[in-house]
Amino acid sequence: MSDIRELYQEVIVDHNKSPRNFHVIEEPTCKAEGINPLCGDQLVVYLDMDNGVIKDISFQGHGCAISMASASLMTEFLKGKTEQQVRELFDLFHAALTEEGTISLDRLGKLAVLMGVKDFPSRIKCATLAWHAIKAAMNHINAPISTE
Amino acid sequence: MNTLSATNQLHEKNNLLDVMSLRKDFPILQQTVHGKPLIYLDSAATSQKPQVVIDALVKYYQEYNSNVHRGVHTLSEKATFEYEKARIKVQQFIHAKYPSEVIFLRGTTEAINLVATSFGRSQIKAQDEIIISEMEHHSNIVPWQLLCEQIGAVLKILPMNDAGEVSLDEFQKLLSPKTKMVSIVHVSNSLGTVNPIKKIIQLAHQYNVPVLIDGAQAISHFSVDVQDLDCDFYAFSGHKLFADTGIGVLYGKTALLDAMPPYQGGGEMIRTVTFDKTTFNELPHKFEAGTPHIAGAISLGIAIDYLQKIGIETIHLYEHELLLYANSLAAQMDDLRIIGNAIHKSSILSFTLSNIHAHDIGTILDQDGIAIRVGHHCTMPVMQHFKLPATARASFAFYNTKQEIDQLFESLDKVKKVFA
Repeated sequence: MSDIRELYQEVIVDHNKSPRNFHVIEEPTCKAEGINPLCGDQLVVYLDMDNGVIKDISFQGHGCAISMASASLMTEFLKGKTEQQVRELFDLFHAALTEEGTISLDRLGKLAVLMGVKDFPSRIKCATLAWHAIKAAMNHINAPISTE
Repeated sequence: MNTLSATNQLHEKNNLLDVMSLRKDFPILQQTVHGKPLIYLDSAATSQKPQVVIDALVKYYQEYNSNVHRGVHTLSEKATFEYEKARIKVQQFIHAKYPSEVIFLRGTTEAINLVATSFGRSQIKAQDEIIISEMEHHSNIVPWQLLCEQIGAVLKILPMNDAGEVSLDEFQKLLSPKTKMVSIVHVSNSLGTVNPIKKIIQLAHQYNVPVLIDGAQAISHFSVDVQDLDCDFYAFSGHKLFADTGIGVLYGKTALLDAMPPYQGGGEMIRTVTFDKTTFNELPHKFEAGTPHIAGAISLGIAIDYLQKIGIETIHLYEHELLLYANSLAAQMDDLRIIGNAIHKSSILSFTLSNIHAHDIGTILDQDGIAIRVGHHCTMPVMQHFKLPATARASFAFYNTKQEIDQLFESLDKVKKVFA
């Protein structure tokens, strides 16, 4: 049985309470909205890109603690990364939460605190919402994307 | 009845309702979830099934599975007999005048769609008005929106106040010669409000407007008398009434049903078919195209027998006591806000806790073996009214106990500590 603290670790509670980079970037290079119909989570990820590198990243929206903390941690983690790195990290993060077996979490750094979500299948979409949004933003998809 | 006399009666009735013994009728309640005894507080989503209902389903498939109204062989005759017996049980349970006014469908949603499609397209015209309330389930919004888009009718919304109540004065203001249909929920699934449907029906009838009642959340909690209410249509689902999923009922007055065209074409609903012309079967078969959910209908009849043995009035009083008890604990909890404070309420406690998202509450409670519903409850306009993305909802049935409600609030304390 998973202890509830495995899911709601201090870092997650803290990022939910005080999300980082929680604002609008006025003239973003790209942005995308993510919606999780199950929870009613809704957020927009904004990107300011400079030569394929994330110069600034932010998000705004509302949702459950998992989706908010995941978005907040993601924005911290991805600042300064290249588009290619982001795409690789998306795959890694997604695989770590959804695939069987042990995937090395070394490259995910602080994001590893979110791995408790793996034991709560109905909440995985909450953790991946911001990641789907950033991927959509990079693909210049303007329509809101949905986890459904 | 004032509260005091209701409570006094309850102490007597509680002696009649032996909850611990009734719980033994529900095999699913005997399990543990995450190592804790299951506390099922989600009966508004779907109710659990007593052993007699499960046995009836098994018995049908083991002993007399066959098609109804078709064969002359023994099994088919037995299946037809049991299926039609279930219809009579439903008729008597809701006090309909004739068994043929009871149509077996998949559920409340299909029943509303049937009326919106069959009655709506044949009798409602462009510019006509249909009234629904602000607290409807999506299943009593979307079928009417689809109809309005198709025929150019206008959907009017009866607003509610912040307690979650509709006003009869407002309703009267909406009624006009343009009104051609009123469709309203008996008990709100997200607020627990019991609507004054008898008065609503009386007012609508002054304009000769038929009224459909969505009874999905009412039927398992108190006695429903469609003739006394004088409603024109009443819809409910079997799975919220301790029977199988995929079976539901549309009650309709004979005169209205007779005048309506079939909803679906197929077998069973016809009298004769030639390539030139088809004549239709009589009620209720006209609206039961195809092989119905035979086992489901039979299970519904058995569930009704089971409920009547306990007594629907006893259930009503007991559940009201559970609600009052939950309200009293809720009042003691800081930061807990009850959503839906109607004077007349069914045993539904919808709430928010501090600024903690409902899904986080649901996940933490689940770890304690407590099942509640979290989300918008398919009532997004209700969430918009209260400016909330979601609420947590505990709903109580007669198999729940005060001890379980104690544990709900202990677990909510834990939720607060996690997010402190």
